[in-house]
Amino acid sequence: MDQYIKAPVSAEEIAKLHAGDYVYITGTIYTARDAAHKRMYEALQKGEPLPIPMEGNLIYYMGPSPAREGRPIGSAGPTTASRMDKYAPSLFDLGLKGVIGKGKRSQAVIDSIVKNDAVYFAAVGGAGALLSKAIKASSVVAYEDLGTEAIRRLEVENFPVIVVVDKDGNNLYETAILEYRSE
Amino acid sequence: MKTIHVSKITDNIREMCIEANHYLTDDMDRALKNACDSEKSPLGKQVLSQLQDNLKIAREDMIPICQDTGMAVIFMEIGQEVHFEGGCLEDAIHEGVRQGYTEGFLRKSVVADPLLRENTKDNTPAIIHYEIRPGDQVKIIVAPKGFGSENMSRIFMLKPADGIEGVKNAILTAVKDAGPNACPPMVVGVGIGGTFEKCALMAKKALTRSVEERSDIPYVAQLEQELLDKINKSGIGPGGLGGTTTALAVNINTYPTHIAGLPVAVNICCHVNRHAVREL
Repeated sequence: MDQYIKAPVSAEEIAKLHAGDYVYITGTIYTARDAAHKRMYEALQKGEPLPIPMEGNLIYYMGPSPAREGRPIGSAGPTTASRMDKYAPSLFDLGLKGVIGKGKRSQAVIDSIVKNDAVYFAAVGGAGALLSKAIKASSVVAYEDLGTEAIRRLEVENFPVIVVVDKDGNNLYETAILEYRSE
Repeated sequence: MKTIHVSKITDNIREMCIEANHYLTDDMDRALKNACDSEKSPLGKQVLSQLQDNLKIAREDMIPICQDTGMAVIFMEIGQEVHFEGGCLEDAIHEGVRQGYTEGFLRKSVVADPLLRENTKDNTPAIIHYEIRPGDQVKIIVAPKGFGSENMSRIFMLKPADGIEGVKNAILTAVKDAGPNACPPMVVGVGIGGTFEKCALMAKKALTRSVEERSDIPYVAQLEQELLDKINKSGIGPGGLGGTTTALAVNINTYPTHIAGLPVAVNICCHVNRHAVREL
């Protein structure tokens, strides 16, 4: 079913989401991919604070192409989530409520999603031009030296995603395939 | 003998990097449109319809089709009667990539060292493959390759006794392991035979073949069709969210090999199977 949520998200809103739901997100989300995750992970290991708030927030695994003049951002589709598997559980433990990416997650990440009542969304991979239209503003908030991999705060309006793993651990990638398998 | 100034190579490659990242070739466009019409899963159809909208926005608003504008893979097919003047050909190619990615608002995704990982900030160097051909033509193929699908590519050093069934299993294994990570519907480039590096290069080049043309070797053409049917019965579907369209084509290139070997490389490409082709 179609659902509309605000970001940051409340526990009540997360509880309503089920694997297979088509969800439109409006509000503030953050981007981080490989290099930013590595830095945040190292900061945590050293006991240093993170540059962005985790509690109730969503992280979009994305590194955009450069914006043309007068536009907030360039092409802006999801990157493969599994490269962040090593880092994700420690962020969920700090209150991160959801991540947006594409592709399979490890069992450790799925267990962490269930334990923390969080959610894994997929955006359509390779639809970066279309997805950029739902991003109304973008500003670099940390690790500017990482270029496309810097952490950005995005203001999004009806940003389209699909629930792949819900807080109960249902996994759309596993169930949907069975429905159309005809081998 | 034909003389070509290397600045002409730079100019063409600059334009081709930008072109490939905003427009798909006509065969890819048609294949994606047909997939959108024939997909059985409602969610799969929704994903494919988003991809149609995405292609339209990309070409009309000049926003790259995908934010991963890739590492620039360049095939140079050079006639042996061509003479280049005005500087180093290889430098001219890298310069074209530098200009294309900088002026075209394309993402800079290349790091200078695989372990130290500092971004080169202009997407160079390119990956360049040269082939020497008869005649006085230069054919350039610019194929920007994203790494979501590149990371799911595989090489299998099979034994001759594994035979055609072994080859089929290898290709299906690679595709199923890739699943949603490779942004299906994918194009599957396969190299069979040669040596370790030759089969990988054939698999890469197979991705630049039309998705509408089958191999001119009858049994290979049959193998391409059989594997495409099998892949589309896997259920993976558009975006890996279930459906009847998992691949648009399986393109297989072959080459003679050693009595002791049967190398198979599978280079997977996402639905943004980009390449621009020009002849000078």
